[in-house]
Amino acid sequence: MKRSRSVATLLSALSVLGVSSSRSAAQGPTTLTVFAAASLTEPFSRLGRSFEAAHPGTTVRFNFTGSQQLVLQIQEGAEADVFASADERWMQTAKDSGLVEGEPVLFARNELVVIVPVANPAGIKRLQDLSHSGVKLVIAAEAVPVGHYTREMLAKLSSQPGFGSKYGQQVLANVASYEENVKGVVAKVQLGEADAGVVYRSDATGSVASQLTTLEIPEASNVIASYPIAVVRGADSPELAKAFVELVESATGQESLKKAGFIPVQPATQPSQ
Amino acid sequence: MKLLRTIAVRALLGLAVGGLGFLLVLPVVSLLIRTSPGELLTRLGRPEIQQALLLSLETSLLATALVLLLGLPAAYLMASRQFPGKRIVEVLFDLPMVIPPTVAGLILLLTFGRAGLLGKSLGLWGVSLPFTTAAVVVAQAFMAAPFFLGPVRAGFTTVEHRYREVAATLGAGEFYSFVRVMLPLSLPSVLAGTAMACARALGEFGATITFAGNLPGVTQTMPLAVYVEMQHDLGAAITLSVLLIMLSFGLLLALRYGQSRVP
Repeated sequence: MKRSRSVATLLSALSVLGVSSSRSAAQGPTTLTVFAAASLTEPFSRLGRSFEAAHPGTTVRFNFTGSQQLVLQIQEGAEADVFASADERWMQTAKDSGLVEGEPVLFARNELVVIVPVANPAGIKRLQDLSHSGVKLVIAAEAVPVGHYTREMLAKLSSQPGFGSKYGQQVLANVASYEENVKGVVAKVQLGEADAGVVYRSDATGSVASQLTTLEIPEASNVIASYPIAVVRGADSPELAKAFVELVESATGQESLKKAGFIPVQPATQPSQ
Repeated sequence: MKLLRTIAVRALLGLAVGGLGFLLVLPVVSLLIRTSPGELLTRLGRPEIQQALLLSLETSLLATALVLLLGLPAAYLMASRQFPGKRIVEVLFDLPMVIPPTVAGLILLLTFGRAGLLGKSLGLWGVSLPFTTAAVVVAQAFMAAPFFLGPVRAGFTTVEHRYREVAATLGAGEFYSFVRVMLPLSLPSVLAGTAMACARALGEFGATITFAGNLPGVTQTMPLAVYVEMQHDLGAAITLSVLLIMLSFGLLLALRYGQSRVP
């Protein structure tokens, strides 16, 4: 008796597995999966909710992490409908590998800022202070777009008067950790573990702003990040994917991005429909 | 009817075991066929791979030593004493086994971090743990401790009933009977716990990257290097993965042989 019950349990467990896999396939057309750079977390989550409101029955799922990680995941067969990258380098890789459909569209820009915890344990008041020995700096890894931009920015600063040609090298020698996405940098500074970090302006706004002090980088040395977006080839729901891209480009989308600290690319007055 | 049921049970068992074998063995096979031994050897010579390998060996051995040092007395106390709230303590000791490693990393930061509960006082002594190799050891020890405590506590408990009193009636002090009776008799469990803890420490990723960060040569252990290399050099990531699997496999295999030799 006992044995037959355990057989029944096993059978029902197997059938649950079978059912759930067929259900996820049937769910396809009503779920839109957006792979987006970690820095887009706030504005895209908000846009996702308005997209769901405008398309009843559709659920928007997000995968936010470093763009390099996203490209790798799509390459390895992860199901995505939309890909939004934090730099043109990784979008180009995606395009070259035949992962996206059509021409990617530039939808936002972002610039770098230096963040320090409000308590400012290392007493960092100006960008020059980042090169002092003993400063614990946290930046993103080279493969992460923001990490790449950070190195570019440091190189530019090194040729500026008042910094010295060794500046970039000295700052990089202070790196305590290379994070795998920009939110990792924010978290370590926010927790007060790192003395300073380099992130996008959009990461220093919103709920974390009160725990951070922002240092501006002079315009001539700053690096402007460009965010391209594209529909992924073989998307389950290309129409929905296209509609999401359009929403991002629309006045609503651009306003959302602007609020989150991004630099919109479309003039806000342009009609959305 | 009964025969039919037996056949059905056997078929299901076979299916389950086969499925499990498939699930566990196939990934290892597919990793090994992705790269030739020659490629593997040339990549082994690369400084960044050697650096990660050495750091991993160093930190996981230190973490295992730390777990042994703190875990032996703890396992002994748990096995030989009754006290109120013992069950709660036991569960607390088991907890790192089931909490997500990133959560472990975060609570370590909140404890030993610069702004953390203990970290603040450590800071007064000029000690700062995050982003150091010591932090890697702490994260690994934290995650590995339950893998040691579990078998060792169980081992001590079985010895407890039979021999402790005998040793006591013969006039042996507690320390003496621990070293001369408990430890030798539960050696297989201690070995098992040590090897499991070492293997777990070697594979630690989430708590390390969260608590210790990711800096080559300082905190970038092999699992972290695999994650980072995957994004620009898949070959290096595969090499490191093969190394990790071989190390863990060797460790667990040595344990099996070691255990069968101990009486």
